[in-house]
Amino acid sequence: MTKHNVMEQMICAAARLLENGATVAVGTGAPCAAAMLAQKTHAPDLLVLFEAGGVAPILPEMPISVGDSRTFFKGVMATGMCEIMETCQRGLVDYTFLGGAQIDMYGNLNSTVIGPHDRPRVRLPGSGGANDFASFCWRTMVITPQDKRRFTQQMDYVTTPGYLTGGNARAEAGLPPGTGPYRVITNMAIMDFEETTHRMRVISLHPGFTIEQVIDNCGFELLVADRLEHTAPPTPEELEILRSEVDPAGYIIGRA
Amino acid sequence: MDVVERGRGELFTSPDPDEAREFFRSKNKSLVPKVMSVREAVERFVRDGDYLAIGGFGANRIPTSVCHEILRQKRRGLGFLGHTSTHDFQILAAGEVFDRCDVAYVVGLEARGLSPNARRYMESGKVRITENSNYGLSLRLKAAAMGLPFLPGRHLMGTDTFVHSPASVTTCPYTGKKLVLQPAVYPDVAAIHVHEADVYGNCRVRGIHISDLDLARAAKRLIITCERLVHSDEIRSDPTRTSIPYYLVDAVCEVRYGGYPGCMAHEYFSDEEHLRQWLDVERDPEALAAFLQANIYGVADFSQYLELNGGMRKMSRLRRMELRIRAEEGNHDEA
Repeated sequence: MTKHNVMEQMICAAARLLENGATVAVGTGAPCAAAMLAQKTHAPDLLVLFEAGGVAPILPEMPISVGDSRTFFKGVMATGMCEIMETCQRGLVDYTFLGGAQIDMYGNLNSTVIGPHDRPRVRLPGSGGANDFASFCWRTMVITPQDKRRFTQQMDYVTTPGYLTGGNARAEAGLPPGTGPYRVITNMAIMDFEETTHRMRVISLHPGFTIEQVIDNCGFELLVADRLEHTAPPTPEELEILRSEVDPAGYIIGRA
Repeated sequence: MDVVERGRGELFTSPDPDEAREFFRSKNKSLVPKVMSVREAVERFVRDGDYLAIGGFGANRIPTSVCHEILRQKRRGLGFLGHTSTHDFQILAAGEVFDRCDVAYVVGLEARGLSPNARRYMESGKVRITENSNYGLSLRLKAAAMGLPFLPGRHLMGTDTFVHSPASVTTCPYTGKKLVLQPAVYPDVAAIHVHEADVYGNCRVRGIHISDLDLARAAKRLIITCERLVHSDEIRSDPTRTSIPYYLVDAVCEVRYGGYPGCMAHEYFSDEEHLRQWLDVERDPEALAAFLQANIYGVADFSQYLELNGGMRKMSRLRRMELRIRAEEGNHDEA
């Protein structure tokens, strides 16, 4: 088997964080691949929800849209957006996966505009379900490649809440207590958020990357854990399942 | 309840439930046949300046024929509910039919990429924009479907999405917790594509309904396109399956493959080739103009558009994809 690429590393690292019996709200792409991989390895009882209304599908292949027919294929229920979002709002959903054009040290995300809102240089899709999932799900995970422009000190716009301005700002703003960003999985490392300041902190390096590279490819000051771990590379079993069952056409893992 | 904070996003529609009640009181609720062509439905029920909403989820169960017809009839100055909106938004942006938009998700086509033309249109300054989230717009429709002026939620707070939204933050009178209030949206007109309807407009939807059941109840005028007309006896033989009743509906149009090039659950899968073609031609405004002329403006109706894009042979292939009928099970194109 050929060596893994960074996308495969990111998907495997994300999949391992989903324990059996957990609930997760996912979108298309890498998050969906991570959920499918988790289900086919250590977490067969992972409950997967799609925002448009798909509940617990037996995914025959990677969906193209979070509302396409695969998202409720052999599912237990085909419902609507309020049902899914309110299941999250009631506290039943452990994890969600998000991404964005910009992320800051508190895990806030921008998927709306680059430049000023009234005269943007680039118009992006907007929140979609991201603001809702990040507000309601207990733990938000972000899967994204890192570079200095994406990991920025200067957010053009906060579409989706992380820890806002840090400390207790998130709870004070009125968002449900105990929620917030949990892990950021990049092409180089895994980060968590320090308990008091809620600043992003490197906790694990992927094989082949140094802490200097992680710091150099980030536009804000990262905290670094006292004991830095090393992310295990994808196992042959994970790679086999990922390549032959989860994404045989290489839509996601072929992008790296 | 005291308002702690108010978003500065423009409110494009009145959330007043009594104005809506007056309208719904005057709406004709008699059991009469409403079958008509898409052309007639758009002529009669979509007016310049209306606030429009489209059902489905972007490229899933969307009433594509109504979007095309709105372009052909050159509607102008519409407001648009940009809720989970992808290919529908792409079409309407190509026709420049709207000048104000509530945004939850627009411009993108999910995993397929971003629409270059929709992006240009949204960056042009021609569109007034108010932000929200998908659940935010679902809640705004649900509030209207309930006949209320608003509903509370626990999202948006602390973000720029709130700042550019029409929502308010208040304190809960029972718990003292902060809540976001989302104002009801009563669209002037909505179009929803369903699997089956009878001539009166009783509708059956299979699979996920997204926010369409609330949208059908929130909208003042409602155009239904359906894959198949069914006899009213069939509807009455199993009323559990009716999710949109006739008295909400103004027009019923039978449009087979009416969700093309999107996915229609249990019927046909999306045509990724054609959707990619849209994204490709949009890179060049002249190519886009020629493409729109060939596929929409110069076309008499939706069946002609289907013919142009592969006709029955293509539809059969998409149907077999949706039903996951493999080659060894007889999935081969007819000669």
